[in-house]
Amino acid sequence: MTVVAPDETPLAHQRQQRLRLWLLLAPGALWLFFFFVLPLLIVMLYSFATPGPTGNVIWRFNFDSYITLMGKDLYFNAYYRSLWVGLQTTVICLLIGYPLALYMTLAEAKQRNVLLFLVLIPFWTNFLVRTYAWMIILSNNGLINELLQWLGFAKQLLYPSAGAVLVGLIYGNLPFMVLPLYASLARFDFTLMEAGADLGAGRWRSFWRIMFPLTVPGVVAGSVLVFIPTVGQFVVSDLLGGAKVDLLGNLLQRLFTRSNPPNWPLGSALALVFMFLLTLIVIIYFRTTTEEDR
Amino acid sequence: MIEVPLPTARPPSDTRRTVGRTILGLHAWLTYIFLYAPIVILVLFSFTTDTFGVRWTGFTLEWYLRLARDSRMINATINTLWVALVATIISTVCGTLLALAMERYRFRGRNGMDALLYLPIVIPEIVMALALLAFFSFAFGLLESLTGIKLRMNIWTVIISHVAFCISFVVVVVRASLKGFDMRLEEAGADLGADPQTIFWRITLPLIMPGVIGGALLAFTLSLDDFIISFFTVGPGTNLLPVEVYGRVKRAITPSINAISTIMLLVSMSLVFLSQFVQRQRD
Repeated sequence: MTVVAPDETPLAHQRQQRLRLWLLLAPGALWLFFFFVLPLLIVMLYSFATPGPTGNVIWRFNFDSYITLMGKDLYFNAYYRSLWVGLQTTVICLLIGYPLALYMTLAEAKQRNVLLFLVLIPFWTNFLVRTYAWMIILSNNGLINELLQWLGFAKQLLYPSAGAVLVGLIYGNLPFMVLPLYASLARFDFTLMEAGADLGAGRWRSFWRIMFPLTVPGVVAGSVLVFIPTVGQFVVSDLLGGAKVDLLGNLLQRLFTRSNPPNWPLGSALALVFMFLLTLIVIIYFRTTTEEDR
Repeated sequence: MIEVPLPTARPPSDTRRTVGRTILGLHAWLTYIFLYAPIVILVLFSFTTDTFGVRWTGFTLEWYLRLARDSRMINATINTLWVALVATIISTVCGTLLALAMERYRFRGRNGMDALLYLPIVIPEIVMALALLAFFSFAFGLLESLTGIKLRMNIWTVIISHVAFCISFVVVVVRASLKGFDMRLEEAGADLGADPQTIFWRITLPLIMPGVIGGALLAFTLSLDDFIISFFTVGPGTNLLPVEVYGRVKRAITPSINAISTIMLLVSMSLVFLSQFVQRQRD
């Protein structure tokens, strides 16, 4: 690494600057190299290895894991189902989150801070705890079933189910959608809407032609922040879906720790394909957003 | 104070706009109820006498008292706090230094470093967790075959892993606070004869301190709440709070879990208050 220093700087000073840069960079960069980059490379190595009969890894390299991934319906279904659940969660969060963010932006300054703070609390709260809260509500003798009985309906098995997973995912991820949307809307110049109205555009038309296009960076940022963790999680689908909802995260967890025997090469290949798919999405994200939205 | 009624700016014909606002407000209220009802119910049911912990049958502090006697849970809490503390200190130091390097210097590989710093934030947590699991098992296997030393995953593998994902978040927060930094203050210090160490400790660090504290609080919260990476890197001998709670939740809902969840919730809330307070100080 070379420091680009002004021409008139003496050599000694330049050397000192370079040393200083190294001291600043080294601890963090080395940590990330050893405990982030290297682990990813090792996963890559594992993905080409051969699974042993007891869950061990045999260092014989081939493409078998990748071929299995392409060939078996089980894996294809997991991709498909994960992406579909991720998409549903993202769209519903957007539909709930956009009007909320708009309301927050339009509120008076003092009220706005409170509203923002109320979104921040769940944002910072443990995901596991928030998922668990839904188990209580949806449980067999829980509040919703009690309400149903009070209304004269029969008890329902509310969880484990696909619907419970979707509710849990929306609940868990909504703050991640609202915050970037709010950041984007707070920068929007609302006089543009008046200009639109003056020029004869209806409110709906003004929204779709002016406000929405200008807040697309926030929409994209929020969508990515919801979509990626949703597709990769296994806690919500495990707790609220039981064995009924098998997403990519659950499959990965099983391949590495629970299946009999574990298959690390296949798990590694699955993780890499998954990461590759999501990297494509992230590239789109970086192309369409500015630094402030992130 | 006497409030003087101001003439409304809104033209009288604009009833549609009012209707729109009302619907928007109603939607916001419903969404906030959706966000908070489960939390309120969870807290409420940590005080219920119902042994299944899912309905209100009367008030008791029994479950909190049981927690206080639950040595597994206490041990898990101490471990989790220790992990969060150590991981926060290391990641805050590394992250602050990295942020300074990224904001102050132009060097070859800077763009690559920028991308590398965003990766732990954007890649799915489970991929990072599995990669770390694979890494530790690979490294320990290699070490054993080369030297005969047997190592197993323990609390330190969790700390190492937590630092790896917290650094990036600290960098983002500290870089934001460096963006508005007035370099003339450092130049003034240098003109007055301060050496680089003095400038750093007496001028730079105090000025970016709100950012550093903000980054540290974020790292602490992330580490405290992390389940996925802890789950895969902890090894069988060590007990961590989120992993312990997950294990128990998988078996059954109990009021004791409601109680420990309420405590975790309270800690998170205090941390948000603290971080907001620090941010206020900065503005």
